[in-house]
Amino acid sequence: MKSLLKATAAAAVLVAAGSAASAADVKACFIYVGPVGDFGWSYQHDQGRLDAVEHFGDKLETAFLESVPEGPDAERALERFAREGCNIIFTTSFGYMNQTIKVAKKFPDVKFEHATGYKTADNVATYNSKFHQGRYIIGQIAAKQSKTGVAGYIASFPIPEVVAGINAFLLGAQSVNPDFKLKVVWVNTWFDPGKEADAAKALIDQGVDIITQHTDSTAPLQVAQERGVHGFGQASDMIEFAKDAQYTAIVDDWGPYYIERIQEVLDGNWKSESTWDGIAEGHVVMAPYTNLPDDVVAMAKATEDKIKSGWEPFTGPITKQDGTVAAEDGVTLDDGAILGMNWYVQGVDDKLPQ
Amino acid sequence: MRIELVKRKEQSKAMALLSPVIAIALTALSAAIIFSLTGHNPALGLYKFFIEPLTQQWSLEATIDKATPLILIACGLAICYLSNNWNIGAEGQFIIGALFGSFLPILFPDFENGATLPLMLVSGALGGALWALIPALLKTRFNTNEILTSLMLVYVASLLLDYLVRGPWRDPGGFNFPESRMFSDAATLPEVFGGALSLATPITLVIAIVLAVLLAKTLKGFEIRVMGQSPRAGSFAGFSAKGLTLFSFALAGALAGLAGTMEVSGALNQLLPTISPGYGFTAIIVAFLGRLNPLGIIVAGFVLALSYIGGEAVQTALGVSNKIASVIQGLLLFFVLACDTLILYRVRVISRRAPGGEASHV
Repeated sequence: MKSLLKATAAAAVLVAAGSAASAADVKACFIYVGPVGDFGWSYQHDQGRLDAVEHFGDKLETAFLESVPEGPDAERALERFAREGCNIIFTTSFGYMNQTIKVAKKFPDVKFEHATGYKTADNVATYNSKFHQGRYIIGQIAAKQSKTGVAGYIASFPIPEVVAGINAFLLGAQSVNPDFKLKVVWVNTWFDPGKEADAAKALIDQGVDIITQHTDSTAPLQVAQERGVHGFGQASDMIEFAKDAQYTAIVDDWGPYYIERIQEVLDGNWKSESTWDGIAEGHVVMAPYTNLPDDVVAMAKATEDKIKSGWEPFTGPITKQDGTVAAEDGVTLDDGAILGMNWYVQGVDDKLPQ
Repeated sequence: MRIELVKRKEQSKAMALLSPVIAIALTALSAAIIFSLTGHNPALGLYKFFIEPLTQQWSLEATIDKATPLILIACGLAICYLSNNWNIGAEGQFIIGALFGSFLPILFPDFENGATLPLMLVSGALGGALWALIPALLKTRFNTNEILTSLMLVYVASLLLDYLVRGPWRDPGGFNFPESRMFSDAATLPEVFGGALSLATPITLVIAIVLAVLLAKTLKGFEIRVMGQSPRAGSFAGFSAKGLTLFSFALAGALAGLAGTMEVSGALNQLLPTISPGYGFTAIIVAFLGRLNPLGIIVAGFVLALSYIGGEAVQTALGVSNKIASVIQGLLLFFVLACDTLILYRVRVISRRAPGGEASHV
């Protein structure tokens, strides 16, 4: 018991010394829904954190909590961050939305950044990326490379972001092959390697020779690798897991955004905004094109350049699944229509869960 | 050579009281070793894990918040286990209770008055009790194994919740996300002590104390203990084993259901595809850590909650993986059980020769 007391006393001294020694100008904190080792969504957010650490050096102190369940645990984690002196807190899952708003109300001096949500406040900003731009490109590649003319899509939840991704993929594919078809499997999870792998196997058994996913694990690509079909990495470059199967990957690069926002906190001009950037701003990056013939790579790069110059994949003519017109020739859907998308384009072999 | 555990004739009263303290000290020692091995300052790690959460008001509140559902569920489970009814399905009873408690604010959001919350709490307890009565009836009527049936019903319950939140009970204004509408203020559990704690905590403490009195001072308590230790003796005394099975399951289910309703009403304010990070299973640990005694369970629930809060503190302060926090929790349980075992048994090392006179190779 005595030694425990001694240790406690020693610790107290160390804590005091520790807080005196950390002379960082700003503290940024991150809360992740998955493990940082998921090699998908949470991994990429942590890479963004590390980019910021490298950029700011001693000026920045960071902390993170991984695998935090959405709900009361998240609320407590956020409160802990706010009390431990974090100046800016990044909450990197949609499911943290209500907790972020709740804790932000209690700590008006702390800045909060919520990824992929739609609720903001004076000290709560939101940020997201135009992943659908990347999905248009991989759709084009799929249509060029597929022999069966059918691709399989492993989808998480029928929310607008995911639906827009499915539509963008198919629009890209139809720009190459107007008869291209798409099968969708809903796995109702963001991260479940077992379920994702089962979905990939079921799709391949149904004659699909290209797999793409809106879930976070590497499992579908690993199945593609085993079964000799092809696919695309999601959130991070997954080439290590599927050397022969991955054509490219849609990489979320959060580093530039995190650096920009932390800089604004340092400069004292941080404002609550809703950021939604894409390929042009470098928030969505295409991983190196592999296992592809030169002409397909050239096509993909040309589309990338076109998007960088301001062209938007959701540009008409776009026909909905029920045959009605979503956008006339040359008309581009506005941000609101994309962010609230709840309909399929023609050619999706699935009924949207409502 | 082999090692045997031999039952002690007499158990030391002093050690029975000391064993949790020894277990915590051994956990702290192992935690210090783990911190050192992973290249972190062990003294700082121990301080952050075990001490700091107790020194600040907000983390103390967070610990009590986290402990509350664990204590409430564990109290009900203790009644089951004392009477030899192995209810492993508190997680399912928690979920069904939350569903029963939530239908009012979700299906009738305009029903907002003073009766809303009491109705929700009663209906939540009722739901949990009904769900728990299924394995109880199967046991008394068909002699099925209640461990299996109560556990399997957990999966049924969580799938039912999943279906409702993604389907009929989905928030119409929620962009297709799998979550129910938010509860109105009338359906939200109020905060007490100037907003420090939710009303769930005093309710839980009152129930725990009532149960402690019930167990120690009433005939029902005597019945529960007798039937657990010696059902034959109990039946001579005129106690009904079947009646007690139904009673203990219904009570445990009601308390788990109440905990579920208070969790969705007080902490979440809506239904989500998962509403419990395994409270119903963790409560089994809490029940045994607290020696199946409601007052002991209050302490045990607090200690276990502290290990969660401390685990988060070392993650942010030292940057250790959350897996290390889980390892330390596991060690705590291991040492508590090991110390308990050594109170009841002593270790005897037997060296013996194999038959035929051949020397053992060991």
